[in-house]
Parts: sequence; structure tokens; C-alpha cells
Amino acid sequence: MDNLIQVNSVTKDFTGHRALDNVSISVPKQSIYGLLGPNGAGKTTLIRIINQIIGPDKGEIFFNGEKIRPKHVEKIGYLPEERGLYKKMKVGEQALYLAQLKGLHYHQTKKLLKEWFEKFDLLNWWNKKAETLSKGMQQKLQFIITVLHNPKLLIFDEPFTGFDPINVNILKDEIFKLKEQGATIIFSTHDMGSVEELCDEIALINKSKKVLEGNVRKIKKEHAKQIFRVEMAGLSSSFETLKKENFEIVEQSTKDGLIEAVIRINNDKTTNDLLEALIEVGNIVSFNEVIPSMNEIFISTVTQNQ
Amino acid sequence: MFKKIFIIIKREFLSRVKKKSFIVMTILGPVLFAALITLPVILARWSDSEYSVAIVDNTGLFYDRFEDGNDVVFTNLPVSLDDALELLQREKFNAILHIPEAAFESPSTLRLFTTKAVNINAKIHVENVLKHEFESLKLGARGIDSEVLRAIETNISIQAVRILSDGMEQTDYPEVSMALGIISGLLIYLFIFLFGSQVLRGVLEEKTSRIIEVIISSVKPFQLMMGKIVGIALVGLAQFLIWVFLTLLLVFVVRTAVPDIFQFTPDEQVHITSAQMLDTGRLEEQMDTIQHHDTAAGQVLESLSAINWYVMIFFFIFFFLGGYFLYAALFAAIGSAVDNEADTQQFMLPVTIPLIFAIIFGQMVMVNPAGPVAFWLSIIPLTSPVIMMIRIPFGVPFFDLYLSAFLLIAGFLATTWLAAKIYRTGILMYGKKVSYKDLWKWIRY
Repeated sequence: MDNLIQVNSVTKDFTGHRALDNVSISVPKQSIYGLLGPNGAGKTTLIRIINQIIGPDKGEIFFNGEKIRPKHVEKIGYLPEERGLYKKMKVGEQALYLAQLKGLHYHQTKKLLKEWFEKFDLLNWWNKKAETLSKGMQQKLQFIITVLHNPKLLIFDEPFTGFDPINVNILKDEIFKLKEQGATIIFSTHDMGSVEELCDEIALINKSKKVLEGNVRKIKKEHAKQIFRVEMAGLSSSFETLKKENFEIVEQSTKDGLIEAVIRINNDKTTNDLLEALIEVGNIVSFNEVIPSMNEIFISTVTQNQ
Repeated sequence: MFKKIFIIIKREFLSRVKKKSFIVMTILGPVLFAALITLPVILARWSDSEYSVAIVDNTGLFYDRFEDGNDVVFTNLPVSLDDALELLQREKFNAILHIPEAAFESPSTLRLFTTKAVNINAKIHVENVLKHEFESLKLGARGIDSEVLRAIETNISIQAVRILSDGMEQTDYPEVSMALGIISGLLIYLFIFLFGSQVLRGVLEEKTSRIIEVIISSVKPFQLMMGKIVGIALVGLAQFLIWVFLTLLLVFVVRTAVPDIFQFTPDEQVHITSAQMLDTGRLEEQMDTIQHHDTAAGQVLESLSAINWYVMIFFFIFFFLGGYFLYAALFAAIGSAVDNEADTQQFMLPVTIPLIFAIIFGQMVMVNPAGPVAFWLSIIPLTSPVIMMIRIPFGVPFFDLYLSAFLLIAGFLATTWLAAKIYRTGILMYGKKVSYKDLWKWIRY
């Protein structure tokens, strides 16, 4: 089995509306998997179904090749979008309690927990009430609780909302570390920057349906529209000659003595044809394919579907 | 499954038992309870200042018949009514009793003048004295001596004897059973409310603090709900048992410190067989024993010792737990359906009405503890915990008891099932004002 999570044709109806419509996704082992989509698309519902908080109306979920069962919750760490703590409960006690609910034993957990607290500078708060923690510290504590039982699968729902930039970086580093240690991570987000930075695979959900899934690099390649950016020096002839050969000049500008142009290749031509034509025009300084950002892909896919 | 419920129960129990409010209430409970009983007596001793009543007796027949007492002091005022009222205005007296000449023929001409609201005790005292005196005078007018009247005045207090199924007879003291019934009924009512609303607040806390989703990714919503309900039940049970223990301890301490109080304890139970009852010799002997217990304190102590305390405590715990589980599930459902404490009101009403209903009808049940109202209300699970506890001190047929217990268990299984359906949907709903229609949808879902 290459996929840690396999969701097959899941449909979920709530009274009055369909939250998920025949959605299938495959999450490869030891990958970082981004779950993207506009608000209300059904991401949180899918995440809740994988967490067995709610059941699907139709479809199946497999965890590591086995049909998902209650015992699997101990192999999953979940940081929900709406995350909180018992305000009046002491920090250490609280972490121990939640860890026990994930199936860990009290004594082995205490030692492990102290190490994590040490790492995140929380040790002095062990015996203080959770309400005395700052927002940032609360989030650190929630992160520790999520990963403490060393789960095979980590699910973060909008993990970066509410974090300050320093904590976002700490969190990203930890996510990479967890991946290196063999964990698989699913996270949902609106932040396309972090998707490009972190994700190996993505699925895009819009209006209860999956509209896009796959490897991030492949998706970007597929969405590349044969557009190239060139920088030229010393033109011997004008760009006009390119037009005759059926190349489309999208943009043209002069900067610091260099001429910059964005050119689209139309149907029958290849990259080599363009290069040959450009050599005729002048000296090529640089030549790059314009690859769309995830943000552009996200927006164009979502608007296409409307 | 059970291991995780146990972890939840442990947290719910310990987090509450460790609270200062719990410790204070547990220690203060028996003390407050004792104070509640003794304080009215002590307050009555201190009482108000004396209430002075001046008598303007135009007939000259009654003024010397009034004896001071009950904090009322009488003064004969042989002046005209106008002068007396003048003195009243100057606050020399609290009240003026005017007995006009015509009073003997038409008592409605009697007047009690005051400047402030009248003291009810004084008014009743005056009325009693006048009634007695008027009657004596009227009897005298018809040639009957007041001595004869004294002689025929009789105090009737019927000894209620219940024939038990084994042929034994037992003296009933309905007044004591009544007091015991209403106290235990009220206690059940209070416990259900107190700990039921703790369940509600606990669920609401998890929902509003948004920790709920973290927890239900580890355990099933039903496990969390049951863990919370059972944990809080144990808190209530612990509190009750500590109260019983502390009260016994308090009684023991008082008994060793002031042994005189307990001298009334009857040396013989008033248990006789029917055969003995028919034997006149034995009956008279028995009457002596009863005479022995004629003092109020003796009667109370005797009837208290006649009550089977183990049975009382056992059924108290049973009906407390049964009633609590029944209502706690509903309270949990309410807590899960709303976003904040203010929104709970609309759903609280239908849940609390049966309980309040039970307390109101409790008085009717006390008057006739074996009547149809008592029977039905002690069978229906929503009211049975309170009503059955009121009935038990009077003695309840086993059929009623078993039927009520069985239906109560069935009742709380039903409410738990219902509540679980609302709960699992409700805890994930935010920012939506929930209506009864929504709840119905969640149940059917």
C-alpha cells in the first residue's frame, strides 16, 4: 500500500445541503497533503470524517489499507480549526488527560511530555491554569498534544490561522521534521504560499466536489500555458519577426538596458522553435517558463467551476 | 471503550471534588442543615420586644381575664375611648382593644385599634381569650357551670395503627413521616437540579472553549457524555455520603457531650400482634406504654427509630441516581444544543416543569400517600424520584416500588438514548440559534 489514507467516493448530506459529493482522495505515505478550497467547500467535513467524528453517508475510508475503525484514532493526531483548552485545568494535567484519551499510559506520558514542554519553553507553566497561557503558548500546547502520541497521520485544519509569523515558522519546521520521521500530514489551508512551500500533494475541493488532485509540481506543469519570459540584449531585429512565425508577445518592456518579453507559444510550435527564432532576434540573457502560482491555479479552477 | 470512559469519569470527578466550593459545601452542609432546624427555635426565644395592648372595657367584665403571654402585655385603661386613642397616637401602646357595652350581644362591635400593622399573634391571642370568656358567660347564662365545661373538654389525638402483612401492627406517626418525606423529596429535587445543571455547564464549557473537537477525535461523543454524567453522579453521591457520615458524627458527638437529650429513647417498641390486641389485659398494659410515649419528643424519637434507615438511605440513593441520570441526559442535550448560557432558558423550561410539578403535588401526596395521585406520580419516571421519596417514609407496597424503579430505569435509558442523538450533532454546531424543530431533525437523523 502506498497510500496511508484512501477515501473512496464519500458522500455526506446534512439537513438541507450536501457537504461532500462523491469525493475520493489518496494520501501517499510520508507526504504532506494539502486540502484546499474556499470557505464552506466541505474540507472540515472531510477531515471530520477521516477523524471518525462523523460518519459518511456513502463511501469508504481506508487507513493503511485497512477499513477505518475506532482503534485507528490512536494513530491519528488532529489539530482542529476550532481548538481550545479547559481554561481552569492545569496545563500539565490537561496534556496528560488528553494524551490518555489517545491511549497513552500515564507514567510513560509524563516523561515524554516534560521533554516536549522543555523544548517549547512551557515547563514553568506545568502547574498553572491553561487560562494563564498567552495565545501563542496555548497554540504550542495544542500542537504538543496533537503530536505527543507519535501518530502516523497528522491532520491540521487551518493550522496557521492565528499564529504569529515566528510561530508559523516553528510550526512549519516541526511539520517537516515530522515528515522526515515518517509521519504523513494532511492540512487544510487558505494560505497558498504555505502550500507551495510545504505540500507534496494537494486536492482542491469546491462546492462539495473534488475538482483537482495530484502532485503539486505536476499540477503546476499541467497548468503552465506554454508561456516564457525572456531577457534579451542588443536586438538585431525587432520582435515583430516573431509574430510572423505565430508567436504571441504578451508583454514587452525595457529595464536597465535589457529587453524583457513574455511570449506564448501557440499550437504547432515547440520551445526549440521559439529559441531558434529568438537567437535570430538578439542575445538571450535568460529564458524561463512562466509557471502559474498555486494561487492562480486555485482561483482559475474555482472560478471555472462556477 | 470502558477504559476511556473511566479516564473521563476520573477527570470529571476529581476536577469537581478538588474545588473549594465542593469542600466548603460538604463540610458546611450538615452544619447548615442543623442550623436550619435549630435557628427558628433560637430566634423564637429571642423574639420581638413585647407588644402592649391597652383594654378599654365598657362592660367591665373582661379586662381582668387577659393574662400576659406570648410576648403580649395587657393593661387595663379605665378611660374613655377618645382618651385611649389619644394615648395610642402618642405611641404609649401598640394597640387599643375596645370592648363596647354592646359587645356581648353583637361581638362584631369589638375593635382593635393600631397605628401600625397589627401583630397577628396578639390579635389571635385576644380573640382566643374573648371567645373562651364569651362562651363561659353564655353557658353561665343557661345555667351551666364553667367548671363542668373544663371537665368535658377533651384532647383527642388518635393513634394510627397500621396492620402489616405479617399480622404485626405498627403505630404510625404521619407527622414525622410527612417531615421526613418532604425533606428527602426536596433533597432529591435539589440534588437533581444542582448536579443536573453541573452537567449542562460542563457540556457548555467544552463547547464554548472549543476543546470538544479535540476530545471527540479521541473518544466517541457518547463516551464523553456518559463519562461526564457518571463522574458528576459520583460527586453527588460522595457529597451525600459525606453528609450522612458527618451528621452521624455530629449526633454521636452531641450524644456523648450531652447524654440527657437522648433519655427519651423508648425502651420498648410498640409492636403487638392482633391476638394480643384482643386481650384486654394486654391492651391496657400497652396503653401504659403508649402513655409513656405521650410526650412529643418521645413520640418523635420513637417514630424515628421505627423507620428503617437502611431502606431509606438505599432508596434515596437509588431514586437520586435514577432521577439524576434521567434529567442529566436531558441537561447534557440542552448544553450541547446551545452556544451560551443565556440560550439555555428556552429549553430548560420543559425539563424543569415536571420537577417543579412534582414538588407542588408533593403536598397533596403527603396528605394522602396511598391515593391515586400519589400512585401515578410515583410511577411516572419524570416525577417519581421526588414523589416516591415523599411516599417511602409512610411505607409503600412493594408492587408500587418495583414498578416505579423499573420504569425509572427504562425512563433514563430512553432519555439517554434521545439525548445522545441531540448531543452528537449539537456539540459541533456553532453560531446557529437552535429551535425545537432542529432538535427533532437531529433526533431523527
